Amino acid sequence: MGDFRKRGDGRDEAGGPHWLLGRAHRKIDAAERMRGMVRYTDDLALPNMLHGKIKRSPHPHARIVAIDTEAALAMPGVYAVVTGRDMPIPYGIIPWTPDENALCVDKVCHVGDGVAAVAAIDEDTAIAACDAIAVEYAPLPAYFDPDQALAADLAINPYAKKGNLSKHVKLEFGAVDEQLAAAELVIEDDYFFEGTNHAAIEPHCALASVEASGVLTVWSATQVSHYLHRALARVLELPEHRVRVIQPPLGGAFGGKSEPFDLEFCVAKLAMLTGRPVKILYTREEVFYSHRGRHPMKMRYRAGFNRDGAIMAVDAETTIDGGAYSSFGLVTTYYSGQLLCAPYAFPAYRFDSTRVYTNKPACGPKRGHGSVQPRFAMECQLDKAAAALGIDPIELRRRNALGADSATVNEFAVGSNGFLECLARVEERSDWRQRYGQLAYGHGLGVAGSTYISGTNYCIYPNDMPQAAVQITLDRSGRARVFTGANDIGQGSSTMLAVITAEELGLDLSDVRVVAADSDLCPIDLGAYSSRITLMVGNACLAAARALRERVCAAVARAWEVAPERVGLRARQALDRDDPARAMSLAEAFVCAESEHGLLTAVGNYDTPKDRHGSYRGGTIGASPAYSFTAHVAEVVVDAETGVVTVEQVWVAHDCGKALSPRIVEGQMEGSVYMGLAEALMEQHLVDPAHGGVHAGPSLLDYRIPTFIDTPEIHSLIVEHPDAQGPYGAKEAGEGPLHPIIPAIANAIYDAVGVRMNATPFSPPRVLAAIEAQRSDDAADRALARRGRGSSALDDSQGVA
Amino acid sequence: MLRLPSFEVIAPETLEDAVAALARPGARVIAGGTDLLPNLKHRLDTPPRLVSVQRIADLRGIVRRPDAVAIGAAVTLAELSADPDIAALFPSLAQAAGVVASPPIRNMATIGGNIHLDTRCRYVNQSAFWRSAIHGCLKADGEVCHVVPGGQRCVAAMSADCVPALITLDAEIVLVGPRGTRTVRLVDYYRNDGTAHIKKDADEIMSEVRLPIPTGPTRATYVKWTVRQSIDFPLLSVALRFDLAPAAGDSVGDPGDARRAKIAAAKVCVGVLNARPRVLHTDRLIGRELGDDAVIDELCASIYQRCRPLENVPYEAPYRRKMLPVYTRRAMTQLVSSAGVG
Repeated sequence: MGDFRKRGDGRDEAGGPHWLLGRAHRKIDAAERMRGMVRYTDDLALPNMLHGKIKRSPHPHARIVAIDTEAALAMPGVYAVVTGRDMPIPYGIIPWTPDENALCVDKVCHVGDGVAAVAAIDEDTAIAACDAIAVEYAPLPAYFDPDQALAADLAINPYAKKGNLSKHVKLEFGAVDEQLAAAELVIEDDYFFEGTNHAAIEPHCALASVEASGVLTVWSATQVSHYLHRALARVLELPEHRVRVIQPPLGGAFGGKSEPFDLEFCVAKLAMLTGRPVKILYTREEVFYSHRGRHPMKMRYRAGFNRDGAIMAVDAETTIDGGAYSSFGLVTTYYSGQLLCAPYAFPAYRFDSTRVYTNKPACGPKRGHGSVQPRFAMECQLDKAAAALGIDPIELRRRNALGADSATVNEFAVGSNGFLECLARVEERSDWRQRYGQLAYGHGLGVAGSTYISGTNYCIYPNDMPQAAVQITLDRSGRARVFTGANDIGQGSSTMLAVITAEELGLDLSDVRVVAADSDLCPIDLGAYSSRITLMVGNACLAAARALRERVCAAVARAWEVAPERVGLRARQALDRDDPARAMSLAEAFVCAESEHGLLTAVGNYDTPKDRHGSYRGGTIGASPAYSFTAHVAEVVVDAETGVVTVEQVWVAHDCGKALSPRIVEGQMEGSVYMGLAEALMEQHLVDPAHGGVHAGPSLLDYRIPTFIDTPEIHSLIVEHPDAQGPYGAKEAGEGPLHPIIPAIANAIYDAVGVRMNATPFSPPRVLAAIEAQRSDDAADRALARRGRGSSALDDSQGVA
Repeated sequence: MLRLPSFEVIAPETLEDAVAALARPGARVIAGGTDLLPNLKHRLDTPPRLVSVQRIADLRGIVRRPDAVAIGAAVTLAELSADPDIAALFPSLAQAAGVVASPPIRNMATIGGNIHLDTRCRYVNQSAFWRSAIHGCLKADGEVCHVVPGGQRCVAAMSADCVPALITLDAEIVLVGPRGTRTVRLVDYYRNDGTAHIKKDADEIMSEVRLPIPTGPTRATYVKWTVRQSIDFPLLSVALRFDLAPAAGDSVGDPGDARRAKIAAAKVCVGVLNARPRVLHTDRLIGRELGDDAVIDELCASIYQRCRPLENVPYEAPYRRKMLPVYTRRAMTQLVSSAGVG
């Protein structure tokens, strides 16, 4: 790639100001969304379409003894019934743990596991037919607690190692024990991060149809069309070229649609059996059973510091509650440690992470996969160290900043790094220096920082092909068509591609048609996960657009008999840079080029660098071409009488390298703050062990996420430190900005009322209990002090050597 | 999506026709449907026919009479909370109606529906599949109580915001049925049985709720706690109403500084405990000053002593119990300094 990548200065390649890049754009699908005209998967209806429904297990763990489908099949309006035996080939998003079946074959592993599916003339008939299916179960012992599951003899999952171990990763860098022994301050504490669901407003939905040609088409609310495509072909025993996957517009995903789900196989199989299209839409309850949300993590952290606040070592031990299936669990287990090594530099690090199978809905990736939980622990640790050492928490973070063009302790190469600017921006805008530690009791500020990946250097299944490819075609009407496999899940990836294409070719955004996520029409893309699309697909798109631009400029230059460098494309025109009077419309320019070259089409490929990761086993996992950086300050009011925490304002500064579309970046920052705030204050994805592992409240009434009124004022501060790896320097913005909000709120609660919240959510009963415990501690301290035996937090609990 | 069971809808234009329609087997009244329809989706009932009150104009007015205000059963909570007469005369009711659920729900939900809101429980308001996994309970498809182990009587919670306020305002409701019209004091309307918590016959329909206009100065308020600022049912709720006697030196009818006004009558009603709203005896407060700290202390202590929330709704019962006096005290503090009525 050329020098253009080094440019993040708001200038185009030839030095002129950007035509579109960096301006406030509407998303290209904004109008249809706002006008209610967008057609989600459930809005699709085909002639003769049948409706499907999945029968689910009421048991948390049981052997399937027998399934009698006769009565269901005999019902009028019922066209087909399938069970696990009709689709016995297992699959899994990670190729090494194919532990799921489209429907359970021999046993069920959590309440809500699918056992049979029906296609009927309408949904009511399908529901009645599910009720008519008789399943005989032999219940098995169920384990809801990871420690119990680890100690159990009975394996929940076929991939379980000793007990119900799903994955164990232990990595050590530097001399951890020596560094901790030498540290002047060691902070040691236990943390717990509760499991949470994505709560996307659109439930999962899929529709399948077998065309006359024999091609199976599946429309699905997925964020990983390509992995779904592969799994469908495998499980349904079809060659991949006989399967077409189309992703209609989504109503949110957040990681909750990033692997295949039972309904996708069921609609496909039922459509193949009946010869009619079949659609299934999950209920909200089914969304909670399918889950794949954030893993509950039990974390023990030890961190050593010297007197100046420099981090000497971090030692982390983490138990990860995986639920019944592997999902991305291998990656989650690595991420729980691997992604913690920035934005701070430290010379020694050990993490020991254990993922365990339990009889609950499987956990998976949620926005900030695997690293939101350890980030909570780490940033609380830093706050405790700052308090113990009497150093301002922002200053302590500043002193430990890793810096640009550096390497982490786990050997990841970091390029651009705007973390210090992020800290400075939130410090200034929140009036931190005047207010931190000085507000009235009950009112506080808290800070936290974080980093995140812009895609991962290695694909889920090993291959030598590029990670991303885009094809662009121009035509004589003055339009561009961009073909991409990338899944726009609301994050605006199709708009991002339109912006890059329009920027390079001088087009208006409305002149660009993005054809996305249709496996028959588009180049393959791996999907919307790990914040990979802007960097990877953006780079591929930029390469294709640049190739076309060159061709167009060259053709116009020949027509004008000038050097090609003199031709610029902007504002729907080709312009002579040296003669402002000379211009032609882009449509004419494209005609010039098409006359010379034939159809104007170009492809761009992008592949990740293979030299930016660790040299040890597992050292590729979590390594990214570029890293984003974030800092938050949260301002809270804590009602010490009720324990109610109100987040009043949040300042979020995020280094996204270069904001190609600032309004969309701000939207991602605000959405991230909102989503993390919900996890900090309210969300609990729980099953009820006393009632056979049923979900504690599988509805959006009982599973509380904040309303608009509960959402604070959010100040989004874009920081731009362009990275040589990203298109125009761009890095991710969709997941990183979530991480700091949870510890920032915890740290603000400490500033407000002096209690440490080490477990999410910071619900009113818990906060009140902490305040009351502190009051009784204070009372005990006062009683002790009266007897002349004072205690100091620094001496006793923080273990200063 | 959860599916509704199929049913016939009858939409009469007069109360008489509605009564006639309700005489048919299995008929149930539907007003805004914001409580009924989710419950039908959960298959807590499958009535073959619903009698809609939407087109009965007589049920939609708020009428001020010399001694009382009559609120038609089909007046929406949005209308009620915005009505100037209600705000002036019965501020606690306007408050309560204005904090039910969310604006779109208040635009649909009616006062009649809120008075008849079914009791709620974490083990009941779930899908039929979910309930089948726990083998049901006393209120739905089962024999046991999951809230009170061994319990024989359903303790699902009265969760209507307006009911505690209405009870403290001495509300009466008018029920119309094939045997004629009867008037019931709301305080007598509820039973302590979550499976049958209202004393209405299946063929009766509520036409209006009547509130006597206070004859002297009063102070009244309603307070609820929920986790979110919108949407949620109350997790605790308290309605307070004090009739005041003018303090010595103040002109009759104007208590001046309410803190010094003597309490002539006090009514306190607490919701979300079990199936019946709890009315507290407050005789000991009569004759004492409203702003007397000891009055507030005694009231809060009494609420804490006598109200024991259960694990029938989310958030720990001990916490909710502890919060009852906290929110009551806050409501009292706000109330004694408010302008009030009269």
